[in-house]
Amino acid sequence: MNYVLEFDETRCLNCQSPDCLTQCRHIDIDRDTAQEEILKIARGENSFVLKECVTCYGCEEYCPMGNHPFYLIAERQEALGISPVPRPLVARAVNLGLPFRGEPEIKEINGPVLNMAAFSELNRLVQGKLFEGLSVISTDGRKMFHYFCQLMYLHYAKSSVIKERLPGIVATIMKHKPTQVVCFHDECYGAYSSYCPSVGIDVPFTPVHFYEFLHDRLDQLKELIRPVGFKVAYQRPCSSRLSPDKHHYVKDIFRLIGAVEVEREFADENALCCAGTIQGQKRQGSRKRAAGIQKKNIDDMKKYGAEMCVFNCPACYQTLGDMVAREGIRPVHMSDLCRFAIGEVTGGWGTMR
Amino acid sequence: MGDDEMKTIYQALVDIVDSEHVSNRPEELYIYSFDLGTAEPHPPNYVVAPRTTQQIQEIVRLANREKVPVVPLGGGLSLAGLAIPLKGGILIDLKRMDSILEVNEKSRYAVLECGVSQAQLTSYLSRHHPDLTHSEPGAPPTATIAGNVLIHGQGDLAQPYGFNSDQVNGLEIVLPTGEVCRFGSCALGVSWFTNHPLPDIGLFFGWCGTTGIVTKLSIRLYPARKIRGFGQFVVDDENLVPEIIGKITRTQMAEDIIAYSRAIPPFGMGLQHFTVNIGADSEKELEFKQELIWDDTLGEYITSGVGGYLGFTRGLERPQISKTSDYKKGGGFEYVGSIMPIEKYPECYRRGREISERHHIPYTVTGRCVGVGHSMMFAWTYAFNRADPRSIQHSRDALHETDDLVMELGGVIWKPGTYGQRIVRDRLDPNTRALMRRIKDALDPAGIMNPGNWEGL
Repeated sequence: MNYVLEFDETRCLNCQSPDCLTQCRHIDIDRDTAQEEILKIARGENSFVLKECVTCYGCEEYCPMGNHPFYLIAERQEALGISPVPRPLVARAVNLGLPFRGEPEIKEINGPVLNMAAFSELNRLVQGKLFEGLSVISTDGRKMFHYFCQLMYLHYAKSSVIKERLPGIVATIMKHKPTQVVCFHDECYGAYSSYCPSVGIDVPFTPVHFYEFLHDRLDQLKELIRPVGFKVAYQRPCSSRLSPDKHHYVKDIFRLIGAVEVEREFADENALCCAGTIQGQKRQGSRKRAAGIQKKNIDDMKKYGAEMCVFNCPACYQTLGDMVAREGIRPVHMSDLCRFAIGEVTGGWGTMR
Repeated sequence: MGDDEMKTIYQALVDIVDSEHVSNRPEELYIYSFDLGTAEPHPPNYVVAPRTTQQIQEIVRLANREKVPVVPLGGGLSLAGLAIPLKGGILIDLKRMDSILEVNEKSRYAVLECGVSQAQLTSYLSRHHPDLTHSEPGAPPTATIAGNVLIHGQGDLAQPYGFNSDQVNGLEIVLPTGEVCRFGSCALGVSWFTNHPLPDIGLFFGWCGTTGIVTKLSIRLYPARKIRGFGQFVVDDENLVPEIIGKITRTQMAEDIIAYSRAIPPFGMGLQHFTVNIGADSEKELEFKQELIWDDTLGEYITSGVGGYLGFTRGLERPQISKTSDYKKGGGFEYVGSIMPIEKYPECYRRGREISERHHIPYTVTGRCVGVGHSMMFAWTYAFNRADPRSIQHSRDALHETDDLVMELGGVIWKPGTYGQRIVRDRLDPNTRALMRRIKDALDPAGIMNPGNWEGL
């Protein structure tokens, strides 16, 4: 089946504020040029934006018209052969998502499930009372790529791979007969709630954002909560830009568990990505560009007194975890922080007692 | 050997060590009859675990008297069957000789008994001499330092400093006739700080335990940098590998440089990955080195889109070829190692992949740069199912084909098994071969040392 991106050029024509590009953290562009360039991209013409885009997903959130500028950029990059990353990295990434250890074991759940997707090996992050009674799928690290949402390929200008594989992933999840699918990672939630509808892939289950789930469970267990009192910074993942309507749960959870989110410059809409994908891009100086972004981000956390950096995305953690730790800021996964708040000893990313 | 004779030898071994450290029980002999590779098993008649050089001397003298083979065993991890007692006899398990006798911080060397393992030295240095390190191979932690040195092993400092056998300052050896000899400065009764400039006596490295038993050795140590980690780079054209290695080595900023390709996990299929270890004492030094390697040297590949930088990870990840044992059920693997000119990498990769695919084995190839690019150790690894004789035979055939390939490509087989030894022997210069024969006969007149290896010279 040919899945086609629904992108409405007339919305851009009528847009008075092309925030998609003017708000970009990585490209310096004025309003008129922005409007011109996004229309060029919509028409399938070349644009310097296609070359300079660092694939941070930000424009998907900034667009005031409900269009899909980032999905469009990724499609056009592929169509015009303007890959942001070198050829071997694309091949490596495309191979990465290939299942290779046989078929997954399917159990019919007929109820809500937690989908660990390509992070089966992080099941230590979903233990304890918060997750009691919730069936987990994709628990076998050898089979996890059967559940991999594929959206990562937006970073590689390979929308075609996403469209080719994602319907099969949805079908695998459906074999478990889930009613709701709690997505461990933002990217999976974005895939099923945003990307699939934008290209016409049918999603027969209800995706649930991990933080919405955590928040609701914490609410049910609130008599167990002891306010943690930590001063925290949140490392917002790029894929959370696909579900900005769920971002409020970060603050809601912090409020519920008594974590104090530091008022810093690079938060919320203004957040900086972990730069993990930027360091390998083709543009001259990408390694240093990534290092610069990371330094700016961590300096900002320090400046505002964060003692803890809270992650959702394992890739962000892998990229920034050690770096923040070296600066005296403790890296922690949101679920571990929540478990700590209800008095549990966690063993996810470092033990918290 | 008759029962009485065997009892006599057993009792003599008990008298030399003690009854706790000698065995002729079938269940224990069975354990020592094979290694982890594809070689056919052969049990020894006795296993003995001495604690001193003097005990080894007495065992060797006994073996000479009784004309019984002697097979020395370190960690038993060569995979090439080098410590399998092909003709039975006394297997000498050296693991009890595991004292670290001296570490000299100023002259940077360590004197070790022959049973000291890689992990033992690593943890000892880390605890007591954190400023020093040794060139640790990617072998399992129980591999012995002496065993690795004697097969010309390479470690994670092979790129700047060469083979581990190039890093030896001295040896103590029990000769096949029972005398103890020392080589290097220690032979003069001074400290074990150098192997030079005495006349060269290259009688023990690469001989597969057929010329004597090393009981002590001194190896060089190197500064342990405060920050150590590895960067990764990838290309999809194997023809680029030699020039990239050449460029990185030219910077003289890297420690280990490894190029590899493998079918499993699929992300590496058809691609050539590099891991480049970098050490530094400060963030400033680290960034300087990274800039030189990734930006200035490899930047042209990145911007032209043919090479990709995958980031830098702190902490060392030593290559574990043994992970390939997970590729098939039954957890077996063996590899052919070779010492190759670096320019042969593309052909080594292509031909090795063909051999693997012909035998239905997911391919794994690895090249480790040795000595600033003077050569590389290139390995082809074949996984097999230990419970499936057909699978083992496929691997064995693939290994033999690869031994032949090494010769065809102009390389030298590293730690050859008996098949590899035969094809090397047959190609040796006749005068060299004759000299080796004379040396072997002079050192081991009774022919007791690890027979079955380097035979027919």
